[in-house]
Amino acid sequence: MTAAPQPVSRMQWMLGAVALPRSWRSGLGPAIAAIVLVVIVLSAILAPLIAPHDPLSMNAVQRLKGPSDIYPLGTDAYGRDLFSRIVTGGRISLFIGVGAAVVSVLIGLVIGLVSGFFRVADAIIMRIMDSLMAIPSILLAIALVSLNGPSIWSVMFAITIPEIPRVVRLVRSVVLSAREEPYVEAAIALGTSMPKILWGHLMPNTLAPLTVQGTYICASAILTEAILSFLGAGVSTEIPTWGNIMAEGRIYFQLKPSLIFWPGLMLSLCILSINLLGDTARDVLDPRFKKREA
Amino acid sequence: MIGYVVRRVLAVIPVMASVAIFVFLLLRLTPGDPAAIIAGDMATPAQLERIRQSLGLSEPLHIQFITWVKLLLQGDLGTSLISNTPVTGMIGQRIWPTINIALLTISLSVLIAVPMGVLAAWRHRTWADYAVMTFSVLGFSIPVFVIGYIFIQIFSIELRWLPVQGYAPPSEGFGRFLARAILPCLTLATIYVALIARMTRASMLEVLGEDFIRTARAKGVTERIVLFRHALRNAAVPIMTIIGTGFALLIGGVVVTESVFNIPGVGRLTVDAILARDYPVIQGMILLTSAIYVFINLLIDISYTFFDPRIRY
Repeated sequence: MTAAPQPVSRMQWMLGAVALPRSWRSGLGPAIAAIVLVVIVLSAILAPLIAPHDPLSMNAVQRLKGPSDIYPLGTDAYGRDLFSRIVTGGRISLFIGVGAAVVSVLIGLVIGLVSGFFRVADAIIMRIMDSLMAIPSILLAIALVSLNGPSIWSVMFAITIPEIPRVVRLVRSVVLSAREEPYVEAAIALGTSMPKILWGHLMPNTLAPLTVQGTYICASAILTEAILSFLGAGVSTEIPTWGNIMAEGRIYFQLKPSLIFWPGLMLSLCILSINLLGDTARDVLDPRFKKREA
Repeated sequence: MIGYVVRRVLAVIPVMASVAIFVFLLLRLTPGDPAAIIAGDMATPAQLERIRQSLGLSEPLHIQFITWVKLLLQGDLGTSLISNTPVTGMIGQRIWPTINIALLTISLSVLIAVPMGVLAAWRHRTWADYAVMTFSVLGFSIPVFVIGYIFIQIFSIELRWLPVQGYAPPSEGFGRFLARAILPCLTLATIYVALIARMTRASMLEVLGEDFIRTARAKGVTERIVLFRHALRNAAVPIMTIIGTGFALLIGGVVVTESVFNIPGVGRLTVDAILARDYPVIQGMILLTSAIYVFINLLIDISYTFFDPRIRY
C-alpha cells in the first residue's frame, strides 16, 4: 500500500516541476532577457521624452497611416502615433504588473505566515483560499472590475486578489516545514514573542521562493491586464495600455494588422524576459532545485 | 476505492459551497449600493428600483442568501438585466459551441503535447528537446489573442485556406465545423500544449532514469514499448494533474478566443455581459466555470488509480 499521491500543488507548474533546459537559463538567455527588460522599463519611464508625439492627440487627416519619418510605426484609427502610444502604454502595463506582484506577495506573506503557524486559523484560511482558487482567475478579475469600475487601481486590485492564494500556499508550505526546526523550538522555549518568531525566524525562509514567485506573478499580471483591456474589462480606454491599443485595433485588424502586432510583440517580449529571469532566479536562489535538475 | 471516491466527491461540496458564498458576497460587500454599482452612473431611480427588485436587495442579507441558494439549487442563476431572460437559459443556448471547441482543443492538445514531451525527454539535450522547450516558453509568453490574430493573418488572410471568423455547428457537416473551429482550437491549444509538453518532459525524464527502464531495455523490449508502455504510464500522474489544473487557463482562453474568432459561445456571452454591465450573467458564468473546473479535477483525482495501479486509497 502506497500513500495517495501528493497532488501537484496548483502553482507547481509555474514554480518548479516544469523546468526549462539549462541552456535557456544559464549564459546568454538571461543576459538577453535582462537587456530587453531594461530597455522596455527605461522606455516606459522615459516615455514622455522618447515619444515623438502626444499619445492622446488625435488627427483626423492622418488616420491609419503606414510607417513614415513622422510616424515611425504609423497611426491608429484616430490618427494618433502608434509608436508613442506603445511606449506610453508600457507605463501602465508595467506599473500594474509590478504593483500586483508586490501587493499580492505582501498580503499573501502575512496570511501565509499566520496560516502556517496557527492551526485553527489555518483550517479557516485554507478553505477560503481553496474556494478562491476554484474560480478561474480571469473570470474573478472580470467580476471584480465590473463591480469596482475601470480605474487603474481597481484593475490592479482585480488582478491581485486571484494571485493571493498561490502566495499563501507557498508561504504556508515553507512555514510548515520550518517551524519544526530546532531553532524555532528553541525560540519558543526561550519565550520569544510570537510576532518576532513569525517575522524574525520564519519569514526569512520565504524570501527566496517569494522572489521567484513574485516575478511569475508580475508576468502573469501584465498578461492579465492586457486580456482584461482587450475584453473591455480593463483600464478605461482613454488611457493607452498595450491591451487597450490592441482592443481598439481589433476593428481595423484586416486593414492594418500592425495595430495588434506591435503592442503584441512588446507584450510578448516583456513577459518572455520576465519569465526567463524568474527561472534564472529560481536556479540561483533554490539550491534544492539545482540538485534535482543536475 | 469506492470509499475514496465517495469521500472525494463529498469533499467537493464544501468547496462549491464556499465558492457560492464568495460569489454571493462579492456583489453585496462591494462598497456602495449594489444596484447603483450594477446600473452605472447614468441610471434612473426606476432602473435602480428594478435591479433591487430583481436581486431582492431590499431584504436582509441572510434572507437574500437563502432565497439565492434555493434558486441556485434549482438551477436558477437569476435573470439578465439586459435581455430580462433567465441566465440559465442564455448559457444553455450558447454552451454548445464552447463545449465543441473545448473538447476539440483538449483532444488536440493532448495528442500534440504528450508525444512532444516524450520526444523531448527521450532525446534529452538534443535539438529536438530544445525545439520543444523553446516552443513551450514562447507558448507561455505570447498572449492568446495575439496568437489568434497571427493565425488569422497567416491562414485566412495571406494563404486564404480558412474562413476568417465565425462558427458552424457540427450538425451542418463536420468539414464546415472543422474549417471554422480549427484556428480557434489551435489558438487555445498553444498555451495548453506548452504546459502539458513541459510537464510530460519533466515527468518522463524522471521515470526514464529509473532502474526498471534499464531492465526493460536490457531484456530487449523495443524502444517504442519502453517509452509508451513502461515509461509514459509511470509518468502519467503528474501529466494528468497538469491537464486538470491547466483547465483554468483553457476557461480564460475560451473567453478571449471566442471574441477574436467571433464564435457565439458562452465566452462571447461573458464579454457581451461585461460591456453591458450585465452582472447576473457574469456571476452565473463564474459559478458555472468554477463547478466545471472542480468537477474536472475531481474526475482526474479519481482517475489516478486507473493510470497507476500502485495507488491504493
